[in-house]
Amino acid sequence: MDDFLLRALLGGLGVALVAGPFGSFVVWRRLAYFGDTLAHSALLGVALGFLLHINLTLGIFLICQMLAILLFVSQYQRQLASDTLLGIFSHGALSLGLVALAFMDNVRIDLVSYLFGDILAIGYSDLFWIYGAGGVALLGLIWIWKPLLSITIHEDLARVEGIPVDRINWLFLGLIALIVAIMMKVVGMLLVTALLIIPAATARRFANTPESMALIAMLIGAVSVGLGLLGSFQYDTPSGPTIVVAGCILFIGSILLPKRH
Amino acid sequence: MLTSKKQDTSQPLLTLTNVNLTIGERSLLESVDLELHRGEIVTVVGPNGAGKTTLLRVALGLQKPTSGSVSVASNVTIGYVPQKLHIDPTFPITVRRFLALAKAHNKHSFESLLNDVGAEHVIDSPLQNLSGGELQRVLMARALMRDPDILVLDEPVQGVDVHGQVELYDLISRVRTERGCAILMVSHDLHLVMASTDRVFCLNKHICCSGTPEVVVNDPAYTALFGPYAARHLAIYVHDKEHQHDHDHHECCGDEEHNHNG
Repeated sequence: MDDFLLRALLGGLGVALVAGPFGSFVVWRRLAYFGDTLAHSALLGVALGFLLHINLTLGIFLICQMLAILLFVSQYQRQLASDTLLGIFSHGALSLGLVALAFMDNVRIDLVSYLFGDILAIGYSDLFWIYGAGGVALLGLIWIWKPLLSITIHEDLARVEGIPVDRINWLFLGLIALIVAIMMKVVGMLLVTALLIIPAATARRFANTPESMALIAMLIGAVSVGLGLLGSFQYDTPSGPTIVVAGCILFIGSILLPKRH
Repeated sequence: MLTSKKQDTSQPLLTLTNVNLTIGERSLLESVDLELHRGEIVTVVGPNGAGKTTLLRVALGLQKPTSGSVSVASNVTIGYVPQKLHIDPTFPITVRRFLALAKAHNKHSFESLLNDVGAEHVIDSPLQNLSGGELQRVLMARALMRDPDILVLDEPVQGVDVHGQVELYDLISRVRTERGCAILMVSHDLHLVMASTDRVFCLNKHICCSGTPEVVVNDPAYTALFGPYAARHLAIYVHDKEHQHDHDHHECCGDEEHNHNG
């Protein structure tokens, strides 16, 4: 196997393994639009990265964190519905990113690779980011797993039972912002949410506990990445969208499967 | 058991003193005073929009009052029974797992706990599949795992048929008798709740009247709050007055009705 293909596969698998459990929570807590909003701010992060001469993934991570904080704080206002607010942030951040990059005369980026991912261009430093940051994110999620489940069931009940709800929510959103930054490379900012929610939604049919759903989502995500890469190589199609198409096929297959009991 | 303070029945477990809550321009609670003692059942009734749930949230410490104070006696554990859960259908969670998530100080098995509240048959059901009555029982079981001194219930019989309502109120009374915990609940149901409560507070942003059910029912403020229809509806249980209006009392207890009569 060619070296770049191996790196692509390793990167894709790493992202799928992280996306499974986080995607499950995104589905359970209906945060798909929230994930989209964070992902859409990525171009702004790229601009920041160029501006400060820092690693672009780090730039994306910083912007995502700032946006997550902004969204968290603004949920306490009551003037606008949350999806309106997310829409403003989402498209505002995307447009601001494009405008900011246009102002940088000496910067030429391949926009398509940011929008839809460029898995074949994954280098060793990207692998380091994916496995390093992804590992931290997974450990963090395991650490807050139980209280996060309680919060998912009923936030006020969790609060009365003494769970530090705000702190856990902060941490969770911060971790989401972290994984969005590393998922960018594989499926691109427009498809990050797809890789979060499609494997999780597919896993639902086969799971009877939150843990089994997260594990099955990891597996399904990994299979989607494998099939997608294979398909992309075979038919010379863009890799990010091919991975998502593979995920969608698995999802449809899971719906068509007859129920076991 | 724990401390002498915990056994002292003269000391209120929960005290709300002159609580006011204003959000934006809207005043939700106005100088509310409330005391809850060990072993008593206190029910807050009031029309929709009267601030009943808000009052519970303040009592639970979920909402900070604009002014006034909420104090809970030391070593008091509060068990909260919310009205509903909003769980996404994709969340795979059974009743057993839901109970296991509670921070339990209780050694009883989940089976015997559910048996206590009459919901043992749902132990392996997904939480989303429960009926209103079953969910209330399961939520109560979860609250009881914490050995609460105070049990707070938000409209526990909402969406439950009349037979189920009687059973739930019986269960609540039994929990009080067997465990000796104080119960604070909210209801917009008027007649059934009166039979199983020690003290009633009528709330319409402020406390209009309070006392034993007999005292409250005969208070003019009560009639003014719920309107003559509802009061008469209730009165058949007490005075057996002539009753010809086929009105649902829920429709009569809005603020408008109050204004018409006021």
